[in-house]
Amino acid sequence: MTSKPNSYDNILEIKDLQTSFFTKDLEVKAVDGVSFAIPKGKVLGVVGESGSGKSITSLSILRLVEEPGKIKGGEILFKGENLLEKTEAGMRKIRGNEISMIFQEPMTSLNPTFTVGQQISESYIIHEGLNKKQAKQRSIEMLKLVGIPSPEKRINQYPYELSGGMRQRVMIAMALACNPELLIADEPTTALDVTIQAQILDLFKNLQQELGMGVLLITHDLGVVAETCDYVAVMYGGQVVEYTDADTLFKSPKHPYTVGLMQSIPPHDHDIEGDLSVIKGSVPSPAEMPIGCRFAPRCPFATDLCRTKLPALETDEEGKQIRCWIYSDEWDGAPEVNIHANKERTT
Amino acid sequence: MSHSTEHIDNTRTAVKSPNPRLKNWNIVFRKLKKNKSAVVGGILIILFIIIAIIGPYITPYAPQTQNLVNKLQPPSGDHWFGTDNFGRDIFSRIIHGTGLTLMVGFFSVLLGATVGILLGIVAGYYGGRTDSIIMRLMDILLAFPGILLALAIVTVLGGSLVNVVIAVAISSIPVFARIVRGSTLSVKKLEYIDAMRALGASDGRIIFRHILPNITSPIIVQATLNIATAILSASGLSFLGLGAQPPQPEWGAMLSEGRNYLYNAPHVALFPGLAIVAVVLAFNMLGDGLRDAFDPKTKE
Repeated sequence: MTSKPNSYDNILEIKDLQTSFFTKDLEVKAVDGVSFAIPKGKVLGVVGESGSGKSITSLSILRLVEEPGKIKGGEILFKGENLLEKTEAGMRKIRGNEISMIFQEPMTSLNPTFTVGQQISESYIIHEGLNKKQAKQRSIEMLKLVGIPSPEKRINQYPYELSGGMRQRVMIAMALACNPELLIADEPTTALDVTIQAQILDLFKNLQQELGMGVLLITHDLGVVAETCDYVAVMYGGQVVEYTDADTLFKSPKHPYTVGLMQSIPPHDHDIEGDLSVIKGSVPSPAEMPIGCRFAPRCPFATDLCRTKLPALETDEEGKQIRCWIYSDEWDGAPEVNIHANKERTT
Repeated sequence: MSHSTEHIDNTRTAVKSPNPRLKNWNIVFRKLKKNKSAVVGGILIILFIIIAIIGPYITPYAPQTQNLVNKLQPPSGDHWFGTDNFGRDIFSRIIHGTGLTLMVGFFSVLLGATVGILLGIVAGYYGGRTDSIIMRLMDILLAFPGILLALAIVTVLGGSLVNVVIAVAISSIPVFARIVRGSTLSVKKLEYIDAMRALGASDGRIIFRHILPNITSPIIVQATLNIATAILSASGLSFLGLGAQPPQPEWGAMLSEGRNYLYNAPHVALFPGLAIVAVVLAFNMLGDGLRDAFDPKTKE
């Protein structure tokens, strides 16, 4: 497929990505040294609270960060080529063609003045140079693929005539129109109600396997991660704090933040006595990040080391990554905390 | 909420009619029909357009024919609106001037709107320095009252009807630029524009294919209202002798000629004046009606 004899195992590899927003006299680091990889044909979930830099990371991949935001450094390797070195015209050829994006809000992500068919056709007209008639034919096929009944009729309808779930299907059809090799989905199910969510996720999984594309799934719903993802990157304060395969993440989460997230999921097999478990405090504003570990102010195990020095993202022999002092040789706290995760989850 | 019922209703009708965009226009049209002054304005405008097209063929007298024996005649059966100081039939002259007046209004708005829309959309879409430069220029233009600016431009270009069109167009540019910039700012923040960028659409494609169709209603309203202002400015300039030159039956120029006979033959100034008032009022009434009709908050 590629013109270059470039060998790559990962469809996407991000190395030390830094995206900042600049105000008059202040630099706000929204994404600060994020690294992760998506192997070919796999699904990577990116989880984290609001403000952890998930969405800015995804916009950075397509180079769609708007003023006053700027990608300051790092590498974004797509099929082995650094996207940050591409020209704007080169990026336009990739957007929607090789890398597509699905947005969070299906109600506002479709242009109200165009029919569904016209919007899906845009991809074909822009990237494959088809005429309107051919594009419409292909759009009908796409609507069929995403499970919209009587697509010949639906194609002439306007977004306001469709329900939220239908619109999200249309969005998926638009994104998949040109058979992208990487799909970025920014909280694709957040705005939908639960039953529709399940339908869309099923559709998503099926299409992903059928088309064999890599997916970057941004979400703050660990249930969605468990259901769809092969790998997970947990983000906190503009950094990746843990990167591992999905099974491991749920069986033995390592980073205290990940553990906290897991414990915050209300159990549905028994009643809860007392309050739901929460991670105390809130995400620090990117403008005033702690100098040490970013999670230190909320971490139950934080020591002076954590509060003064930022831990590095360490990779173990299996390729799993963790950014926490507890798992380093320098750890100065109680030695038994590094097995806290396993203990607490075995109940 | 009414949204859900509307939804069901729309789905049903949409299956029948393949183009719901037409339906949106139908809603606007229905709202417009309920607005009495807009209907009156619309009918008047249609009437003026018909007069402009077929009027010159059916007038009783040629507009330029002088008849000095019959000068300054009051309105009568022969001369419905009377005659002017050269004995020309005022009724015929007004009918001949209708096309001129409408054309000046239409073309100056067309020209001004085109430039203003382009500037406004570019300023709103690109923002930053481009926006600052364009909008400061517009502020400078806006600082002058429209008629004064047009007057200055015509003085520089020289008095003729074409120059009046250009001058009035220039003075209406900032109004359009401002409105379009504002609408562009609100539309470009919407997710479907981001979605289009993520799809690889170029700036030009996004601007003209995706933003422009979404900001047509304020443009239509402004254009309608602006035709009235343009006609008024153009007549004003002609009145001052900077626009249409004497033999031309331009209403402003006729008004100016009639000014000398205000005491002994007031009809010479009265009828062109009334014509101007009628046409300006008609465009204003229609424009106001359109504004209400396009506003989704007003009920049908």
